[in-house]
Amino acid sequence: MAQKRVLMKGNEVIAEAALRAGCRNYFGYPITPQTEVMHYMAKKMVQIGGNFVQAESEVSAINMVYGAASAGARVMTSSSSPGISLKQEGISYIAGAELPAVVVNIVRAGPGLGGIQPAQGDYFQATKGGGHGDYRNLVIAPASVQELYELTVEAFNLADKYRMLVMILGDGTLGQMMEPVAFRDEEPIETYEKPWACTGRGDRKEHNTITSIYIDPDVLEAKNRELQEKYKIVEENEVRYEAIGLEDAEIVITAFSTCSRISKNVIRQAAELGIKVGMIRPITLWPFPSKIISETAAKSNVKAFLDVELNAGQMVEDVRLAVNGQKPVYFHGRMGGNLPTQKEILDKIIEIHKGGNV
Amino acid sequence: MAIVFQPTEGLTKKPLHYCPGCNHGIIHRIIAETMVEMGILNDAIGVASVGCTYNSYEYFSCDMVQAAHGRAPAVATGIKRTHKDKIVFTYQGDGDLASIGTAEIIHAAARGEKICAFFVNNAVYGMTSGQMAPTTLLGQVTTTSPFGRDASYQGYPINVSELISQLTGAVYVERVCLTDYKNIMNAKKAIKKAFEVQMSGKGFAFVEFLSTCPTNWGKEPCAAMEWLKEKMIPQYPLGCFKDTSNEEVKA
Repeated sequence: MAQKRVLMKGNEVIAEAALRAGCRNYFGYPITPQTEVMHYMAKKMVQIGGNFVQAESEVSAINMVYGAASAGARVMTSSSSPGISLKQEGISYIAGAELPAVVVNIVRAGPGLGGIQPAQGDYFQATKGGGHGDYRNLVIAPASVQELYELTVEAFNLADKYRMLVMILGDGTLGQMMEPVAFRDEEPIETYEKPWACTGRGDRKEHNTITSIYIDPDVLEAKNRELQEKYKIVEENEVRYEAIGLEDAEIVITAFSTCSRISKNVIRQAAELGIKVGMIRPITLWPFPSKIISETAAKSNVKAFLDVELNAGQMVEDVRLAVNGQKPVYFHGRMGGNLPTQKEILDKIIEIHKGGNV
Repeated sequence: MAIVFQPTEGLTKKPLHYCPGCNHGIIHRIIAETMVEMGILNDAIGVASVGCTYNSYEYFSCDMVQAAHGRAPAVATGIKRTHKDKIVFTYQGDGDLASIGTAEIIHAAARGEKICAFFVNNAVYGMTSGQMAPTTLLGQVTTTSPFGRDASYQGYPINVSELISQLTGAVYVERVCLTDYKNIMNAKKAIKKAFEVQMSGKGFAFVEFLSTCPTNWGKEPCAAMEWLKEKMIPQYPLGCFKDTSNEEVKA
């Protein structure tokens, strides 16, 4: 299993992982800080005979994704926050038409044109909808370049399995950082039949149609119920998280992706001061690991939670819902493209610890 | 008894929902008939758009994808790039193609996508009840130009075929109408030519159909046809604007 490790940039690894997962269609539009995904695809996708199209806009790119997914292909697009906002129309249609697709968001700071430095301000947009209507995307938040590789491959399997959009939610730090990555000799590609795809009727008696419009309210409500049933199955089966030191933690940090990397070091530093800190790192942001958070909140050793994010407090709402008042939940966030330092987080831990809550 | 007329296999049995006197039914039929006659029905994938024709995915009997407003050429691009050996077409109205979808149609043409775009121009938004379209004529009264379209206030109509014909990637561009048998047969020839261009792999093919909207024009079907001839054709002259299908493809 152990392979030779290569040093690669996060964005390039996303593209490489997609190719390894059998993705032969990529449609994109340039935006910082995800550009290397596109550059890698422009070269490698064409070399292996796949489709790379630089679209005229993000709106068009996501609709090319919609088309290729309708036609039964494994397909991906990537962008960053303002571009992902433009794709929301298409994302809603993809959800409505139940199409498998992978969308990568290498998040930058907002709102508006914002900045090009890392942020996690798109958590709400990614996990609560973003586009119109009642729908969910499966949202995955890798925390290392190795995870970017493994989870991007997995994203294609999940998209096909559930006929839904899987979003890889990274950030500028993750996309731009270089880390060693070990590639497998063979990818765990799961193959799903797509009898619904528009491939040309051929010998089929009936034509296939891909649509998200249902004018009759009863039919549309039934369609919505079907979607919600599917989402329930995803919630039951696809929750992923990493848990550290929950058995004796007094304070539990909740953080995803880049913030979990910074927080991991703080756990060691706090231990040196005699403060026991654990961490729950959601890997899937939707479905959210509410159960483990709720169970952890019920433990007698756990006195408080500290949620750390690159935003004004978004995932913390889901943490509070899961904790449900059992223990206090504190928040520390940075915005605008700044990252919290380890010292900032440690100081917050010390303050909570001193505050008599622990 | 000899069968002299029957429904085309290219359409499903679902009754069309279009208003009396609307030309969509004729256009659907001749596109469907052409696919059957050319033997490409089972290889075709159509893209329906938003507007009166949103439901066309239920009418054409080939595989059909319903697209978001204006995005059909992008959706068709994704399909065609996935299945290069299939025949891919879009069916779009003027609000869809000439307003919200201008970027998609221009760039699909510019890229020389090997698809056909069938563009139905009736100078008005039909589905949403008769608003001004980019193709609305000067002076034409609509629900959002109630005093008549005024160039100084609402600008000028867009002649899409002329615009598309300027792009190298567009190989074949023709505007047709359906006012009588001769014109309908001519429109059918244009459809066939568009499919042939796609099959030759040369590039993008575009057919614009001038069409009536009796309901939103506030006219009887026959009067609407006369209005099309008298008012629309002077603004939107019929004919082939471009045909480079006999030229070598530029590398």
